Amino acid sequence: MAYTEEDLKKELETKEYEYGFVTDIESDTFPIGLNEKIVQAISKRKEEPKWMTDWRLKAFKAWQEMEEPEWANVKYSKPDFQKISYYSAPKGKDKYDSLDEVDPELLKTFEKLGISINEQKKLTGVAVDIVVDSVSVATTFKDTLSKKGIIFCSISEAIKNHPELVKKYIGSVIPQKDNFYAALNSAVFSDGSFCYIPKGVRCPMELSTYFRINQAGTGQFERTLVIADKDSYVSYLEGCTAPSRDENQLHAAVVELVALDGAEIKYSTVQNWYPGNKNGKGGVFNFVTKRGICHTNSKISWTQVETGSAVTWKYPSCILKGDNSIGEFYSIAVTNNYQQADTGTKMIHIGKNTKSTIISKGISAGKSQNSYRGLVQINSRAENARNFSQCDSLLMGNKCGAHTFPYIEVKNKTAIVEHEASTSKIGEDQIFYCNQRGIDTEKAIALIVNGFSKEVLNKLPMEFAVEAQKLLEISLEGSVG
Amino acid sequence: MLTIDNLHVSVEGKPILNGINLDVRAGEVHAIMGPNGSGKSTLSSVIAGNEAYEVTKGDIIYQNENIIELAPEERANKGIFLSFQYPVEIPGITVTNFIKTAINSNLRARNEDEMPANKMLKKIREIAQLLEIDSKFLSRSLNEGFSGGEKKRNEIFQMAMLEPSLSILDETDSGLDIDALKVVASGVNKLKNKDNAVILITHYQRLLDYIVPDYVHVLHEGKIVKSGGKELAHELEEKGYDWIK
Repeated sequence: MAYTEEDLKKELETKEYEYGFVTDIESDTFPIGLNEKIVQAISKRKEEPKWMTDWRLKAFKAWQEMEEPEWANVKYSKPDFQKISYYSAPKGKDKYDSLDEVDPELLKTFEKLGISINEQKKLTGVAVDIVVDSVSVATTFKDTLSKKGIIFCSISEAIKNHPELVKKYIGSVIPQKDNFYAALNSAVFSDGSFCYIPKGVRCPMELSTYFRINQAGTGQFERTLVIADKDSYVSYLEGCTAPSRDENQLHAAVVELVALDGAEIKYSTVQNWYPGNKNGKGGVFNFVTKRGICHTNSKISWTQVETGSAVTWKYPSCILKGDNSIGEFYSIAVTNNYQQADTGTKMIHIGKNTKSTIISKGISAGKSQNSYRGLVQINSRAENARNFSQCDSLLMGNKCGAHTFPYIEVKNKTAIVEHEASTSKIGEDQIFYCNQRGIDTEKAIALIVNGFSKEVLNKLPMEFAVEAQKLLEISLEGSVG
Repeated sequence: MLTIDNLHVSVEGKPILNGINLDVRAGEVHAIMGPNGSGKSTLSSVIAGNEAYEVTKGDIIYQNENIIELAPEERANKGIFLSFQYPVEIPGITVTNFIKTAINSNLRARNEDEMPANKMLKKIREIAQLLEIDSKFLSRSLNEGFSGGEKKRNEIFQMAMLEPSLSILDETDSGLDIDALKVVASGVNKLKNKDNAVILITHYQRLLDYIVPDYVHVLHEGKIVKSGGKELAHELEEKGYDWIK
């Protein structure tokens, strides 16, 4: 018997939800293992044209020759890529009509955060694409957007309906062979979001993708492609969660941004994958490649709040190819218990008068390790390039670590590159001061952390700044005492 | 309101207070004076509940309840306020945001509703005016880059906002020029009423010209060695602390 929306609804009503629960829905999951046949099968399941299948196979070939990188300041047992299933989709209907029916976890998660995301989304008009495991299950506000000529859909749909755009831009910023995880993603990506903003159009609402890993033993490999045509503007958000599981889950995403002349893309991430339990068991391996290319007079701004995942390996970067282009990176990375994060950015200055800003805030608690790794590269033709970097670390307790690895390569004498770094500890005197004003210790820490992160929180779209603040509090729960 | 009974306090095994007795009733102002190292600041920290200090003996009774075992925030919620000698910086949190968080934390602890934003803003404006605080000051990060005088004024601002029953002002006069001292003192005087009490901890008599105490106690080597009326402060000023040793 087919599983209907009604059944799902009923099931969810009678279910007791918890943070990190699993949705018990039937899934269509591929057998574990990876070979050419699996790659072809994914492509076939997605009803892709031949050029796409070939593109994947080329990536798979490249991946087979590559080694998993080891330079990052993280320790974990490498995933066995033959023990993962590369495709999983909720059975039944391809698309649901509304958010409520699809993703009650999201609601529950945000209930804990004190936000009814549904209501809020409707009020503020945020268009959402939902990806559960390997497939996109719902995209909202499609009609409103299409009136302006904006394309916002799953990448699978884009491959079918807008092949000319996908063909032109996919892999143009992050080639298949770019790195181990990007190659893997290129071979097996199952879904993700696609967005195209036409010339001169200012996208009237926030576009958002929400990712959820549900099925056990599957990897999530989503691919996002955002193209902002000349003089357009878009603000894009992504959020993610996963159930608590004892085994590690792999998430290897690729995000490519293309800002054509005069365009602006603002890309914000609130990453809350399951971080593993207090003893470091389980959690998501988050190995993500994100990069944007800026053409003349364009701007790309990355903002990320990273609170989840057992291991994070992620460097949202900008290639400042066009003259006068601007790249920005604002990041808050929180690690608690046994979490490890190695995150930062690359700013590649190629065009004249290019500018980049890096603000990184690392917060470490428990026995976690938090590293900033960044590259500022000024090429020989990049006259008058400017960079400002600021990396601040905040430590809680005596068992965690904060590390900074800044790389600066300057090949043009006119460049001005500034780097500032600081490390501080939350002081007992600060906590006592707050206590004395009637503020309990947990709240005091949240307050101090929020103050520390303020410059980055301010860069998030309003409604998500509140969410991110609450998320910081939850992530650091139990980090004192 | 406050009764301290035979209070002994040590820090890392070293005794600092050696049997303090003190009675403070509602409506009173007490000044605690004494040379450096006599234990004045320790006494204020211990009343506020700073866990860096170990109470080895004695009781602190506040509003008929022994508060020795209470956490600092619980004491604060019950209306005890300490104006710090060295207020700490909290970067990124504005004066307004901090006081709002503090007031609402106290209200919640007392099972009351949070203060509505308009009421909060009105109160902030009134008190800022009373203490001659510029509105720009309120949107600066808490104590970050503040001058000594600004820090102290900010402490009194918070005191006025929180309306405590018992205020302990630890060396509030240090770092203040005479004009700032007058403003702060007149603020304290305006906030004083028959239901609250103030303990002034000070090294010098200067502050007591502006906030007149009902009682003056002299602390020496962790004990109150002399108590009297306001004239005792003048006597100390003339004769120095050697006189009471």
